[in-house]
Amino acid sequence: MERVPTPHPPSPTPQTRLSLQNLSRRFGASAAVDDLTLEIASGELLALIGASGSGKTTTLRMVAGYEAPDAGAVLLDGKNITSLPPARRDFGMVFQHYALFPHMSVGENVAFGLQARGVNRTDRVARAAQALNNVGLGGAAGRPVQSLSGGEQQRVALARALVIEPKVLLLDEPLSNLDPTLRRATREELRATLQRLGVTALFVTHDQDDAFAVADRVALIQRGRLLQVGTPEELHDRPASRAVAEFIGHSTLVKARLDNSDGREARGDRVTITIADREREYAASAPGYTRSPDVFAVLRPEGLALAAPDAASAWPGVVTGRRFAAGLVVYHVRLSDAVEVQLYSTDRGVAEGERVGVSVTREPVAVVDV
Amino acid sequence: MRTRPLRPTPHSVTGFPSTVPEPQRPPRRAFGTWLLAAPVLALLIWTVVYPNVAVIIGSFDNGLENWRAFAVSPADREALITTLVISVGSVIAATAIGIPLAFLLSRFEFRGRRILSAIATLPAALPPLVGVVAFLFLYGESGVVTRTVQEVLGLEQAPWSLTGAWAIIFVHAYTMYVFVFLFVSAGLERFDTTLDEAASGLGATRGTRLWRITLPLLTPSIAGAMLLVFMNSLGSFSAPFIFGGGLRVLSTQIVASKTSGAMGMAYVETTVLAVSAVLALALFRWFETRRTYAMSGKGRATRVVVRSRIARYLSFPLALLFVAVLILPHAMVILISFARDGTWTTQILPPAYTLDNFRRLATESQLWTPIRNSVSMAMLSTLANVIICFVAAYLIVLRRFRGRRLLEILVALPWAIPATAIAIGLASTFTVNDPLTARVLLVGTFWILPLAYFIRGIPLVVTATEGSLKQMDPSLEDAARGLGASWWLTMWRVILPAARPGLVAGAMLAAVTAVGEFVASVVLYTHANRPISIEILAQLRDLAFGAAAGYSVLLILLTLGITLAARWGESRLIANG
Repeated sequence: MERVPTPHPPSPTPQTRLSLQNLSRRFGASAAVDDLTLEIASGELLALIGASGSGKTTTLRMVAGYEAPDAGAVLLDGKNITSLPPARRDFGMVFQHYALFPHMSVGENVAFGLQARGVNRTDRVARAAQALNNVGLGGAAGRPVQSLSGGEQQRVALARALVIEPKVLLLDEPLSNLDPTLRRATREELRATLQRLGVTALFVTHDQDDAFAVADRVALIQRGRLLQVGTPEELHDRPASRAVAEFIGHSTLVKARLDNSDGREARGDRVTITIADREREYAASAPGYTRSPDVFAVLRPEGLALAAPDAASAWPGVVTGRRFAAGLVVYHVRLSDAVEVQLYSTDRGVAEGERVGVSVTREPVAVVDV
Repeated sequence: MRTRPLRPTPHSVTGFPSTVPEPQRPPRRAFGTWLLAAPVLALLIWTVVYPNVAVIIGSFDNGLENWRAFAVSPADREALITTLVISVGSVIAATAIGIPLAFLLSRFEFRGRRILSAIATLPAALPPLVGVVAFLFLYGESGVVTRTVQEVLGLEQAPWSLTGAWAIIFVHAYTMYVFVFLFVSAGLERFDTTLDEAASGLGATRGTRLWRITLPLLTPSIAGAMLLVFMNSLGSFSAPFIFGGGLRVLSTQIVASKTSGAMGMAYVETTVLAVSAVLALALFRWFETRRTYAMSGKGRATRVVVRSRIARYLSFPLALLFVAVLILPHAMVILISFARDGTWTTQILPPAYTLDNFRRLATESQLWTPIRNSVSMAMLSTLANVIICFVAAYLIVLRRFRGRRLLEILVALPWAIPATAIAIGLASTFTVNDPLTARVLLVGTFWILPLAYFIRGIPLVVTATEGSLKQMDPSLEDAARGLGASWWLTMWRVILPAARPGLVAGAMLAAVTAVGEFVASVVLYTHANRPISIEILAQLRDLAFGAAAGYSVLLILLTLGITLAARWGESRLIANG
């Protein structure tokens, strides 16, 4: 795979809190993390997403100090902390399985980091109580951790990490052990809490919904390499590469041609999509560099709509599948032997096998290199 | 010496049922269950409870006279105190070796680690009396190590004498640190390493983490192992018997009282010993219920590579030295078994070697008898264990009936009561044929020893079998019955295969224990059914060290043979589906 230059080059600013510079870590022959560079601003919530095995947890462990990088550096407020042991980094970490100490009460768990810092007993108890209040668990200090539900355990883990006023909060899949309903509620709550306290956080997840709900910016990594970093909208609407387009949201990639492309200023250019010999031209959004006029257009369900089979601007197709999903119907429509798209519609009356038209309703259409 | 199983039971180290919730058992056909449970309960009450109750009642034969005599006897007070001191000392010594060794081997990577790991549990493979004999050859007044030190330092006299409490604690430390090592290693293996990482991320130093996180979480393992060492030391007989010198401990006092015909006193001493053991167990149980944590999460245990230069250079020779200390007793027994009896006097090593010791074992029927006895008695007791304990484990795990709790306690009882006490109970109960009091004459016959071995094997086989049965989905039995299988077919094709791994492992442990049994044997044997351990003792008394060592080697080989046979049998069964 050819190296794609980072679309948004990191520009160290005065507020840069944490900076990962060319981090690499190999396990045997395979690279878990490969030359990863990333900046996190003070007070920013950055999510690191990727499929399992993409190197995101290894990255987090290197930042926390549990894993030593083979190359590269971790900088905190401009100071190199790569070889500093975890105990001296002043980071808070929320583990995937929470790692609550089973032999301590909720309060003792939360106060542990304060005790390690030599805070006296009275202050410890007061600050632990305050931290538990912050996560909505005031009054739970005396309970044994075993008596907590999964969601409560997650909040205790968060309180324990926050009470030491960490310079950076690290979260390793903190929502993955919660059931779907609780998970949706918890991610809103997590974002609200972190924003209210102005915490700088690095958040690892494999779930893009979690990442989009919690984070200010999202960094997508694959096979240890950074593919793109940006706001959720940027990743969704202007994917920097085919891999990003395929990972984020649902997409169908269709061969297309970028017209009038000089390679750099692609925004505002036109893209011509040909399906079953019918050409349609749209405004194109092609961030970054495109090497050749032959590209993939990214067709997303939100940007498509059902139309009459013979509508001028539409492609004719056949409905191959339909599924009801929370008020909408998801239709699968085959436009040609090679192209099948998905789209959402409030129209529930279209049956499988029916002939329909599909039109593009949202422009510009994102394009990526082949 | 080793008188108890070294294996933690699956659900609780005490062998008593733990408070961990068990899967729901469906209520079942009560009558059929009782048909099965009643004979098992009756047998256990008759052989396990009845003799011990008889001992307690016997201690009141002359009203309180025996107890008064015990209370004022300086010898008995000394024995009680010495027993407790030795037990506590053994716990401290075994813990001091076992815990650091477990940490070293599971947390660090260094040259020599593999060989040390492979050899670390070796002392547990030494039959009880054999270990003591080996220590005598090594560290006794004329032992190899003792004489070497004496020679090197040019001393007039032996630098130490292997007698008294220190000697006993020394032997206990060697044989019993294995319990601590195994329990703590298992605890470390289950240990959720993210807890340690979490603590370090919160700013805790290495020492704080060890003290506040690791050790508290290992407390159940450590306490379980300490209990095991304590109980073993409490009932220990071989070491005090051989090296006690003038030292009195309860177990040797009991045998001495019995030998001198003071049965009333023997009963009091036995009661005191048994009650101490049960109290220790109860205390531990109380402690255990107060702190049990379910460790969840996947431990990603990685060994830290030792990087310090000095440690790297020293680790290998130190590991080898430790390995040598561990192997020495085995090696010594093998060496002495080739020594020509009567030639080894003041030399460091025996001067003359011969195959005679083994040749005589093979040719003189008189010498062969103990081996035949031990093997046949162990086979009998193990066979009985397999049948009775399988039924007991089945009832405990898969049936729900009034009396299940009683059954659980009955099968754990022989674990709690020291072997000497069990033997005294049998010796005082099965002395006459009297149907009215449910007594039969077994003492003085061949059958008394297999019975004693059977009783000692019960907890081993039941707990191991329970472990296997608990992994079985309880609905399998219903499924088989629902498909029309008879009770017998269900037992044979569903329950027995599920129980088999534990049953085989338990039977192996029971057979190994029985074939080398000494403590109960010394109270109950007759000349005709004397087992190997008693013959070793007799040869030692005749100063026939070569012959004693020859028997010891044979015993080690028998132990090894049983272990290998059990593994081979299990793998063949698996291979045949």
